[in-house]
Amino acid sequence: MTAELVRGQNHTLPQTRLEIRVSAGSPVVAGATLGDERGTVRGAEWVAHPASHRVPGLEVSRQAAADHRLAVDLDALPDEVHRVTVLLALPMGAGRPGRFGAVAAPFVAVTGLDGAEIATFTLTGLDTESAVSAVELYRRQGGWKVRAVGQGYAAGLAEMLADQGVAGAAELAASIQEAVASGLARSVTPPPRSPDGERVRHPAGPAASPDDGRPAAPAQAPEPLADPASSHTDLPGGPINYAHPRRQTSAPPPPPPAAPPTAPGQPAQPVAGDAGGWSMDERLYNQIWGMFEDLARAVAAYRSAVDFAESRMDQELDRTLSDPRSRIGGAGDRAREQARAKRDELTGRAREALDRDLAQLAAESAVVEPALPAAYAGWDNPVWHGYRVPMEIPMAMRIGDLRLPEGNGLRIPLLVRLPLERGIWIDSGRTGSEAAAATSGDQLRRLAMETAVALAARLLAVHPSDEFSVHVIDPAGSAAAQLSPLIRAGVLAGPPAAGAEGVSSVLAHLTRRVDLVQMALRAGAADALPPDLDTGEQLLIVNDFPHGFDDRAVTQLRYLADEGPSVGVHLLMVADREDARAYGPVLDPLWRSQLRITPVADDHLADPWVGHAWTYEPLRVPEGSRVLDQVLALVAAARGAGYR
Amino acid sequence: MTVNMTKGQAISLQKSDGGTLTAVRMGLGWQAAPRRGLFGSRTREIDLDASAVLFADKQPVDVVFFRHLVSDDGSVKHTGDNLVGGAGSGGDDEAILVDLQRIPVHIDQIVFTVNSFTGQTFQEVQNAFCRIVDETNGQELARYTLDGGGQYTAQIMAKVHRAGSGWQMTALGNPANGRTFQDLMPSILPHL
Repeated sequence: MTAELVRGQNHTLPQTRLEIRVSAGSPVVAGATLGDERGTVRGAEWVAHPASHRVPGLEVSRQAAADHRLAVDLDALPDEVHRVTVLLALPMGAGRPGRFGAVAAPFVAVTGLDGAEIATFTLTGLDTESAVSAVELYRRQGGWKVRAVGQGYAAGLAEMLADQGVAGAAELAASIQEAVASGLARSVTPPPRSPDGERVRHPAGPAASPDDGRPAAPAQAPEPLADPASSHTDLPGGPINYAHPRRQTSAPPPPPPAAPPTAPGQPAQPVAGDAGGWSMDERLYNQIWGMFEDLARAVAAYRSAVDFAESRMDQELDRTLSDPRSRIGGAGDRAREQARAKRDELTGRAREALDRDLAQLAAESAVVEPALPAAYAGWDNPVWHGYRVPMEIPMAMRIGDLRLPEGNGLRIPLLVRLPLERGIWIDSGRTGSEAAAATSGDQLRRLAMETAVALAARLLAVHPSDEFSVHVIDPAGSAAAQLSPLIRAGVLAGPPAAGAEGVSSVLAHLTRRVDLVQMALRAGAADALPPDLDTGEQLLIVNDFPHGFDDRAVTQLRYLADEGPSVGVHLLMVADREDARAYGPVLDPLWRSQLRITPVADDHLADPWVGHAWTYEPLRVPEGSRVLDQVLALVAAARGAGYR
Repeated sequence: MTVNMTKGQAISLQKSDGGTLTAVRMGLGWQAAPRRGLFGSRTREIDLDASAVLFADKQPVDVVFFRHLVSDDGSVKHTGDNLVGGAGSGGDDEAILVDLQRIPVHIDQIVFTVNSFTGQTFQEVQNAFCRIVDETNGQELARYTLDGGGQYTAQIMAKVHRAGSGWQMTALGNPANGRTFQDLMPSILPHL
């Protein structure tokens, strides 16, 4: 008889040789910790996990999987062990759920060796947790019992292991995640549950359709932006702990702003920060992503209705044409008129619904924009005039605006998480957009470099002093004019590197840094880094790629693009893909690994929900404004001006 | 007041005070029937999937199911796949939230289906029901309990459709065969 346990319930185990089966809807990491009579895990050798999958009496799987079978022999455990905790954790990484609330509830069964279930437990009601204690087996009066636990930790494995008294919990958690990541990289993706499932997905926005007359080069397809849910994965417990040493995460969140009471029947007055989150920054971030999704879906509803209205009218017109009766008298004209009227009526109602949604979003945008902190605000926002060098890194930074043609000019800030998860490529080449067609090639290059400088200035401004350094490679010195705000203010780590020699020395310096930090992290010896190593985030601006790059330099750059982001080295490339054509497909992964943005408006970014092609526009410093220089002067003053 | 619906019955979706509903939850629940084997424990693996198909004038426009949990327009949301079915509590195993006010203007019917993804027939499923709940206050408006199982792998449970300025729910309870909703399309069309 199977006992179906609820949280906290226990059940006597009739035997000591058991199997614990775990099934979850998506891959999870399964592990186990052994505890003594006080529940303390005495050391790393008392933890079974993918990187060290065997302890006496217990064996776990070496990689993340949706289904696990853990073999347990309770008699083979050391005598001091009084408790075995089976834990589950979500693998970290971009595109992974990051919280159990986003995946199907895991199911755990304790079975005998014959497969007969003794007790089962479904871990329902999980939310932000990324690691949970599923069940524990414990000694009681000479025998063993199982208890359903289902307690989780939002901060992941590291917090969970620390809670059980494991010394070096963070390092252990990091090594587990690393072992899992390398296991996942090797493993074949499981086949989708229903191969036909994707067929019902509607084609993405118009720009994604192959017959829109544009070249089908990979760079032209709208690039999906990350789902905000997946960008929450860099919680402590990932390969690297990005938690800021001075940042207080344990402080209780300030109460969310209360919306004023509204008259019944009226839509609620929008309020800035009206979303979940632990800080105002996080609430505004979530609110902006919420507005982004709302606009995507409202426009999807509108486009779907209009498409339907058009196709219904076409069908009706076809029917009129093929009906011989319609050729007599005015019957055909009347039928055609009716078909058009029906189309107009439906599109009219769809437009009405869209306008109502747009008005609400515009009202929300009108209160949110002025309330944004500098990192999220456009350069024209007065918040930049009261700029002060921050004490901590914000969770995200605005790198531009997004809009849709139906949106009546409504702009959604495009926020990217910090530290940057991937490099940024500003495409200085000629793209398919109207704006690019109206701009000369030289002008595009100039604008691209101006965009890069404004982005670098913003990155410098939103980081605490000395936690962000900017290096520049400008092989031919062609961007001296655009770089002058950075050079004048003295906020660069060194003068822009020119010539082949300059290129290779900057790349060598950054490659060494990536290597050292990676080695230290792998060895769990962050304190062994040389004292002269700058542990802050590093940004490398590369202008005119591949000018001045030999094969070796190209290889190093690709290495930085792949390995850099996880150890705080980021790329900001200003390049025209055409210029690098000689390298052929070798460079495709380099382009693909970066977020492509454009110096002029271009509809190449896709939202993660519906896949509309959104028009991206970079942030412009208002004409004649000195805000950039003023901000950079403050940044420079805070770091002690001049090259370091 | 819950209305216990019978096959083919239609009810108007209104609040008890006559106001119009804004959001409803279509909850689906089932249990695996006990087996007569040596160990009554191998019945868990029945995976039923609930889906909702949005139609505009008999044309399927969008589908909400375990691989597409939110309709593109955001009005219909699936709360997530349940792979094993009810543990005996009789609660909803899968739920689909419908924001009636946000359904695009051209959508006039939403059909709810359940398929056995793992291939067992409904003979192995017990106590399957679908119910519609006013999401704003949790009140159950109607419940439709499926008849005893048979040799089929899918059920077309119910539809919610426009009626005048409001919405109506009709219990369908029609058996069909198929692994996912695509296989059911031919069986759905006669009910539109």
